[in-house]
Amino acid sequence: MSVQLEESPTTGDEVITNYTINFGPQHPAAHGVLRMVMELDGEVIERIDPHVGLLHRGTEKLIENKTYLQALPYFDRLDYCSPLAQEYSYVLAIEKLLNIEVPIRAQYLRTMFAELTRICNHMLNIGAHVMDVGAMTPNLWVFELREDCMNFFERMSGARMHHAYLRPGGVHQDVPEKLLVDIGEWVDGRLPELIGDAMSLVMDNRIFKQRNVDIAVVSREDAVAWGFSGPMIRAAGIPWDLRKSQPYDVYDRMEFEIPVGTNSDCYDRFMVRVKEVYESAKIIKQCLAEMPEGPIASTDGKVSPPKRGEMKQSMESLIHHFKLYTEGFHVPAGEVYVATESPKGEFGVYLVSDGSNKPYRCKIRPTAFSHLQAMDMMSKGHMLPDATAILGAIDVVFGECDR
Amino acid sequence: MSEVLHSAPKFVSNEGVLDTLVSALGDMVLSSKEEHGEIVITVKRDEIGRAIKLLRDEHEYQQLVEIAGVDFPERTERFEVVYMLLSLTKNHRVMVKLSTDENTPVPTVTTLWPVAGWLEREVFDMYGVKFAGNNDLRRNLTDYGFSGHPLRKDFPLTGYVELRYSEEEKRVVYEPVELAQDLRQFDFLSPWEGSEYVLPGDEKAEGGEA
Repeated sequence: MSVQLEESPTTGDEVITNYTINFGPQHPAAHGVLRMVMELDGEVIERIDPHVGLLHRGTEKLIENKTYLQALPYFDRLDYCSPLAQEYSYVLAIEKLLNIEVPIRAQYLRTMFAELTRICNHMLNIGAHVMDVGAMTPNLWVFELREDCMNFFERMSGARMHHAYLRPGGVHQDVPEKLLVDIGEWVDGRLPELIGDAMSLVMDNRIFKQRNVDIAVVSREDAVAWGFSGPMIRAAGIPWDLRKSQPYDVYDRMEFEIPVGTNSDCYDRFMVRVKEVYESAKIIKQCLAEMPEGPIASTDGKVSPPKRGEMKQSMESLIHHFKLYTEGFHVPAGEVYVATESPKGEFGVYLVSDGSNKPYRCKIRPTAFSHLQAMDMMSKGHMLPDATAILGAIDVVFGECDR
Repeated sequence: MSEVLHSAPKFVSNEGVLDTLVSALGDMVLSSKEEHGEIVITVKRDEIGRAIKLLRDEHEYQQLVEIAGVDFPERTERFEVVYMLLSLTKNHRVMVKLSTDENTPVPTVTTLWPVAGWLEREVFDMYGVKFAGNNDLRRNLTDYGFSGHPLRKDFPLTGYVELRYSEEEKRVVYEPVELAQDLRQFDFLSPWEGSEYVLPGDEKAEGGEA
């Protein structure tokens, strides 16, 4: 008697129909509230339709109803992982319309803390990315660095996350000397040490490479056509960095390299970010070495508030202070589009002014929008678990994507 | 233009670019200007695809960075749609814009840039501008089943509906917005310079009814 073999359920003429699943909106690897409707063929992704907007708070509408200064804190709450970088575009847009000069010390402070924000942001993303693909320890280590950054920010502005530190015409307040000393020591000591340790676990790790190398390869042409920016376009091998090509504040005095990828996969995107941390450290060191003494905000009393001491003495200062915090300043009519290199890519602000004290229109160009839109193009043909790696490498934060 | 004092991003000089682009675009251009260091070209609505393709293919503006809508309710064509273009090779930015109203659709540019899909969806969601040829014109930022276009100037800041979890119905329910206190819009414009209204009591000075 012959042996009866059990028939495999997947062989033969049986046709498996595609099925649709929801990824999110509550999913730990969705980096926030993202709902992706996935059409799967077995475990292979056929189509992804990302549904965004679950965190839409009407920021642009609110900004239209606030004075220029009152609108500033909303920018912290867009991308809450790199708050200072969002404020940066906004204050530069206002300054471009007003055409006011920013004192050189304020420019150095802004540049330096923007770079610290970049490190802070990349710490979160690098940690989250490795955790998305299965590693736990590096995340805990880089979070220590993030905690250090937060402590520096607290000493800078009083707030750990929502700083509201940049102001049109400069920064809110000067920083204590000791803070600069401590940042200098940290950049030379703890930062390279900890990130070196953490990355030594990840960079050549077999599992990490299996999960990331050759995942979501995007050609240069596609990267340009899909509106990629930041580490996403640099990983595709295009050395495009707004800090270098369209320098603002004191970036034109800084010496740093633009890391680019060769393969344009998730691993390259990850490595671009890791390398950027070291470049940011370089910029911070240069800022610390070159930062001059001097005023930290524009001396134009119509834009930046007077010092507390002056207010006690001078009637004019008192009036300026009162007017600035009630009516606010008027911005000349016109429209500008100002984009800066936020840690996630090109973060732009399109500001339309009608000459009054409130922005007529403030369109925020989020970095994640174009990257997330390409999710379908990038994930097609990959396995379901690759979706988390792709999403991690995009570095998406929904406060900014949904606004 | 006067001296540049600000430290906003510096791209390659605008010198001569406006004239070159305007002459290249020819009769597609309605108006153009260079203000605050930004080049803005207004084109005819139906020519947007051709204009923007010309800029992409012959003038190296490879990337479509953003599409923004703006609402000017007092105009007959109340909406402006602004396309921000970026040249990676020339390191330069231009804005191309057009105007439209609630009913006239704008030709889509999704055929030129795949990224335009969501950007157009957002303008549609926020302003109700229709894009002819965009076959996926769903709302993307507002709630499922939302009605209205929130960034229009006549849409109230508080919106029309609010939602809460109803213990009785065991689900989230939508209700009309009820404000315990009227939304206060403070107007700080100085009566000496800005305001166009008459403060209560001021009419007496002009000999009006007391």
